[in-house]
Amino acid sequence: MQLKRVVITGMGAISPFGSGVAELLSGLYQMRSAVRYCSEMNSVAGLRCMVAARVPALDVKQIPRKFRRSMSNMSIYAVLAAAEAMQQGQIGEQECGSGRLGVAVGSTLASTATSEDFFNDYSSDHSLERMKTSLFFKLMNHTCAANVAQTFSIRGRLLAPSAACATGSQTIGYGYEMIAAGHQDMMLCGGADEYHPLTSATFDIMNAGSNGYNDKPQQTPRPFSAERDGMVCGEGSGVLLLESLSSALERGATILGEVVGFASLTDTGNIANPDSAVMADCMRLAMKDAKVVAEQIDYVNAHATATEQGDIAESQAIAAVFGDKTAVSSLKGHLGHTLAASGALESIATLDMLRCGQLVPTLNLTEVDTRCASLNYLKCDDSDKLGRDTFNYALKNNFALGGVNTSLVFRRYTK
Amino acid sequence: MTEQEIIETINAALVEEFELDAADMKPELSIYQDLGLDSLDTVDMVIVLEGAFKFKIREEAEIKQIRTLGDIHKFVQRKLNAEA
Repeated sequence: MQLKRVVITGMGAISPFGSGVAELLSGLYQMRSAVRYCSEMNSVAGLRCMVAARVPALDVKQIPRKFRRSMSNMSIYAVLAAAEAMQQGQIGEQECGSGRLGVAVGSTLASTATSEDFFNDYSSDHSLERMKTSLFFKLMNHTCAANVAQTFSIRGRLLAPSAACATGSQTIGYGYEMIAAGHQDMMLCGGADEYHPLTSATFDIMNAGSNGYNDKPQQTPRPFSAERDGMVCGEGSGVLLLESLSSALERGATILGEVVGFASLTDTGNIANPDSAVMADCMRLAMKDAKVVAEQIDYVNAHATATEQGDIAESQAIAAVFGDKTAVSSLKGHLGHTLAASGALESIATLDMLRCGQLVPTLNLTEVDTRCASLNYLKCDDSDKLGRDTFNYALKNNFALGGVNTSLVFRRYTK
Repeated sequence: MTEQEIIETINAALVEEFELDAADMKPELSIYQDLGLDSLDTVDMVIVLEGAFKFKIREEAEIKQIRTLGDIHKFVQRKLNAEA
């Protein structure tokens, strides 16, 4: 079967830097941190991490109440990101209603804040008499995908992969495969998550959360750094419009990049501890799918969340596949870990780096942990290594608790 | 509670819950065609009214006959009068 080429024709972001892809990219290129001290975290007993990368206040009323009533923050983020991607891709009612456009948007959990509100009320007298009809729609696992589809009357396939930190990458990978195989012409792919202290606590209790920089939040997280002390949770949503090349050319859409490879490989050695050999195999599989070899990859956008086990394992995997020449950076120092959104937000940034020929180094990385493998790390002060006339290929990693490994390969679009 | 206070309480609760314009709260308006509510909203409307007036109305058959904002005003007044 002849597979179709799959390109990106729209991108949308709600990130800790604010609303829109332009805000996301300017924060990254300007090497700003979106991490802030969160006083509300101080009221949670047992929580040691007091910093997070929250989405600034948004005008949520731009979404009509009829649709917004079934949304918690994560769906609001996803809908606003999807709207931006659709606007850029010039997607109108005709495409939405055609069945040729589908939605693949996932989250780590459904809305924890909504669960908390419900059970706080329910626990007071075990009464369901105050339960409103919108509750289920915020708690169902496909809440983001369903809300995006309902808001824009998108009638194609709807799926909501949920693989924690690899969710965003999985949606892009599965969307790419569906379009390549001809099952859909277009897919809105992405991830979304909303902040809740439980999310930070999940990593804090595993001693994987940052807690030593509460008084200087913009200095954490520190991927690959000798001085890192764990990850910082963020929130937001990234959505990419994937489309078959033939459809994009027929519509005259602006092409922003190309998805040429994807792999997902499950690590069954341990539900929490990553195995660098499986990570390396996942990257090799993605390159095989893309029909490229390691020497062709100009840049690796690492998952690198600033946890000890994750950073070391990923660095060793990258070294095993690419050696020490290929440029490597992580965007977690800027954005924190936006969890299900991270794969999509970081892919948006990676695609822009390919287009512009300008790489973003790892914020807060000055001294690499000696236990990390020797790589061509892009550190804060590496301004001379960031620009090049052309970058052609980038590989994007995301790895998740539960043993879910994903790698995507992007190519700068050329006819 | 006077009749006017009851109407104001109902209108305020619905304005807040359904993000309506207070100036639009005229009794002759259809809650469906004019105020834009649907079947899910009417279930939530019952919960909002139960919260505002501390009564139970979910099982009242009359609720299904409500079409206008004025119908709500009259229904709540009858219910409160019956309980008085």
